[in-house]
Amino acid sequence: MFAYIVRRLLWAVVLLVVLSMVTFSIFYLVPLLGGATPETLAARYVGRAATPETVHLTAEKLGLLDPVPVQYWNWLKGVFVGASYDYGAGVEQCPAPCLGYSFVTKQPVWPELLDRAPVTISLALGASIIWLVAGLSVGVISALRRGTIFDRGAMGIALAGVSLPIFFTGLIALAFFSYKLRITAPGGTFVPFSENPARWAYSLLLPWITLAFLFSAQYARLTRAGMLETMTEDYIRTARAKGLPERRVILKHALRGALTPVLTIFGLDVGLLLGGAVLTEKTFSLNGLGKYGYDAIVNQDLPKILGVTLVAGFFVIMTNLFVDLLYGVIDPRVRLE
Amino acid sequence: MNHSRSWRGRALAVAGLSATLVLAACGGGGGEAGSQQGSSSQGAQAAFNAASTSVVNPSDKKGGTLKFANEGDWDTLDPGETYYAYSWNFARLYGRSLMMFQSAPGKEGNQLVPDLAEAAGEPSDGAKTWTYKLRKGVKFDDGAEVTSADVKYAVLRSTDKQIFPNGPAYWDALLDLPSGYKGPYKTPNMNTDSAIETPDEYTIVFHMKKPFAAFDYLAQQPDTMPVPKDKDTGAKYRNSIVSTGPYKFADVQPGKSFNLVRNDQWDQATDPNRKALPDRIEVTLNVNADDIDNRILSGDLDVAVTAVGVQPAAQSRILQDPNLKANADNPLGVRNWYTSIIPTVAPLNNIECRKAIMYAMDHTAYQTAYGGVFAGGDIATTILPPSVPGHADFDLFPSGPDHKGDLDAAKKSLEACGQPNGFATNMGYRAERPKEKATAEAFQQALGRVGIQLTLKPYPQGDYFAQYCGLPPYVVKNKLGLCTNGWAADWPDGFGFLSQITDSRVIRPAGGSSNMSVRIPEVDKMLDQALTELNTDKRNQMWGEIDKRVMEEAVIYPGVYSKSLLARSKNASNIFVTDAYGEYDYLGLGAQK
Repeated sequence: MFAYIVRRLLWAVVLLVVLSMVTFSIFYLVPLLGGATPETLAARYVGRAATPETVHLTAEKLGLLDPVPVQYWNWLKGVFVGASYDYGAGVEQCPAPCLGYSFVTKQPVWPELLDRAPVTISLALGASIIWLVAGLSVGVISALRRGTIFDRGAMGIALAGVSLPIFFTGLIALAFFSYKLRITAPGGTFVPFSENPARWAYSLLLPWITLAFLFSAQYARLTRAGMLETMTEDYIRTARAKGLPERRVILKHALRGALTPVLTIFGLDVGLLLGGAVLTEKTFSLNGLGKYGYDAIVNQDLPKILGVTLVAGFFVIMTNLFVDLLYGVIDPRVRLE
Repeated sequence: MNHSRSWRGRALAVAGLSATLVLAACGGGGGEAGSQQGSSSQGAQAAFNAASTSVVNPSDKKGGTLKFANEGDWDTLDPGETYYAYSWNFARLYGRSLMMFQSAPGKEGNQLVPDLAEAAGEPSDGAKTWTYKLRKGVKFDDGAEVTSADVKYAVLRSTDKQIFPNGPAYWDALLDLPSGYKGPYKTPNMNTDSAIETPDEYTIVFHMKKPFAAFDYLAQQPDTMPVPKDKDTGAKYRNSIVSTGPYKFADVQPGKSFNLVRNDQWDQATDPNRKALPDRIEVTLNVNADDIDNRILSGDLDVAVTAVGVQPAAQSRILQDPNLKANADNPLGVRNWYTSIIPTVAPLNNIECRKAIMYAMDHTAYQTAYGGVFAGGDIATTILPPSVPGHADFDLFPSGPDHKGDLDAAKKSLEACGQPNGFATNMGYRAERPKEKATAEAFQQALGRVGIQLTLKPYPQGDYFAQYCGLPPYVVKNKLGLCTNGWAADWPDGFGFLSQITDSRVIRPAGGSSNMSVRIPEVDKMLDQALTELNTDKRNQMWGEIDKRVMEEAVIYPGVYSKSLLARSKNASNIFVTDAYGEYDYLGLGAQK
């Protein structure tokens, strides 16, 4: 098991380096292959009345005049040993891991990512707990009461949840609960957990519920389908025949068997969300990684794009590792070698 | 209304109400606004567009907190680099430039008044030299008195375009800087007295390369707000600005929020222009634009600081609800959305063919493409918008009583240019801008009525001027006869509006200029002459004449003078629009709570 984990972690590093090379190529190399010049790239980061000299100076400052492999090497070096940045009135040392400086805001990328990560982590974890609990509960009950009004109603609401986009439900929820009824926090009022845990939860309650509404649908349907399948298995009949309480039969035996596909999806969903729930963060004005990445793309801020991509990739890799480890716990037939 | 009541109990209530998400929540705005409308503090002054010409909810009450929100990030708070109208409007809260636009409603807001300076600039040497005397007793927020050296340093640091590439570039172009000067960071020991002299602590003298009669407009730019050299941190100064205005920064969180609190070193006795009513100003960044509108309408927020106008959802609510509409304004901006008709592309090298376009185009379709009367703007017939001094009302190419085009006149012009059955050409627009796409389509349909066939060509906006419509060889090679365009002046003055879009000398073979179509040597001379005219009224008249001369050549089709629909705060007092920025004047606002 330990060797398995170490191997996976080493592969994670390799994957992240490959990811960085691919991302770097897409944003730094492909435009040049398409006919752009360092100056035309730099022109995106200057004011509207910039002279050609200003554009050239900017291209030089941003390192765009160097060959792309040199730019990548300088960036990679910064990740492992740090870099320095001339801000005019002085030179600042950017300690490792230095993911560069924003082309637009001139701020170092890594501290900004660290600053925004708690928002996204809070949003993703809180919503995932709600949708997992809600989805599993509804799925189990629907499976046990198959064909009843509850089953049909729950699946109908699940369909609505998965069909309605977050920017619709989110804005409606804000307008109704936050500004009309005034019982939830307005948008953009995130309070860090370390500052006040209760207010942290209050500030995220509406985004959690709205996001969970979107995701719990598929978990309810997956759980229901899995339960319906496992409830017909022989070992369930055996468990009942042995006189086990029905609750134990369902929760310990049937649900456990139905969890594998749910876990797979859960790992993917949480991993992707940790990389940034763009629409949710934008709707609720949460300054998380998703919004950071979105703004980076809109502004074509390459260091930020690179930073967010790597962080998102890291989270996807780590959550998938976690899910794989969990398989071994949940399903004794799985041996991690 | 605040959210200080117990949130624990409400959180429990919400869990039970989650199923009610399916309930419509968009209605009921009228009821909320109605209850606020009845308050005596707004009273009879609440009327649609009232703040464009007068002060709504006047009050001198000090105290309270104003809440601003920005749907994106601030470009920068550094006065040496910021380049957005809203930011220049806002910067007057924390900085004092040599001159400033008067904090007054409507056209009065276009008047320049001395701020850090005691009086307007004194010209000499044929308007190549300008001298200002600073007010005594103005201090930074750390208690140090502001001197002319601080103003000189502020201007010079802004000329380093490697550290500050986004800001305006007037000083670089106009000041008589020594050859090889690269700013105070790279060439700190170079003598710059040829450009700016400080004979004493309260006198500053600017030397220009050429006469510049409108220098006071340069002096109102935020880059003349003093910066203490020992506190300057270059590109990082944006997060640690030393204030000279009535407010100073507190709790700056880049990309998230910042607050302004009272600057205890600001002395009202040195500042006749500001009332500094609120105690505190809170600014939140990166807030969802629709959420900003909802929060303003519900009273949770005071100002959408970028003033681009409410989103479509809020717009329909406001315009359909008399109560909400009575608390909204529709100011004219300082921007003209227009289309360049490019004379280097045949057959548009013939003026009659260009005139055919001017006559044939449907002006109301242009307005509709930009969002209609409220969100788009007023139909434009000149280059200078009405809010810019020097604007004169004229229409050289009447488009009929319904503004849908004069097809007979267009056909006559086509015959005169030897194209009686029309001709074909291409039209460029910025792909990411739906309004420009709609404009291009409107041109295609309108001109098609007289046989002018347009093929529409979308281009990425990031490279639009550098690589496509603004690159002269590309335009000719790809037969781009028309290109969508637009311009907002850096300040409401003829030079600010016309110099970058009507001076042929700004057109670069390497591309990048906003002037795609105006190559009239006579106009170049008229621009130079206007800059030597020290009498403001005469100079403004000259700008109007330049406008007309350019329009005679039919190289610009003016579309709309931009407007935006703004919702007024329920909490703010002294709400009025300043013509200087086409926005609410942020300096005058007060807070009721």
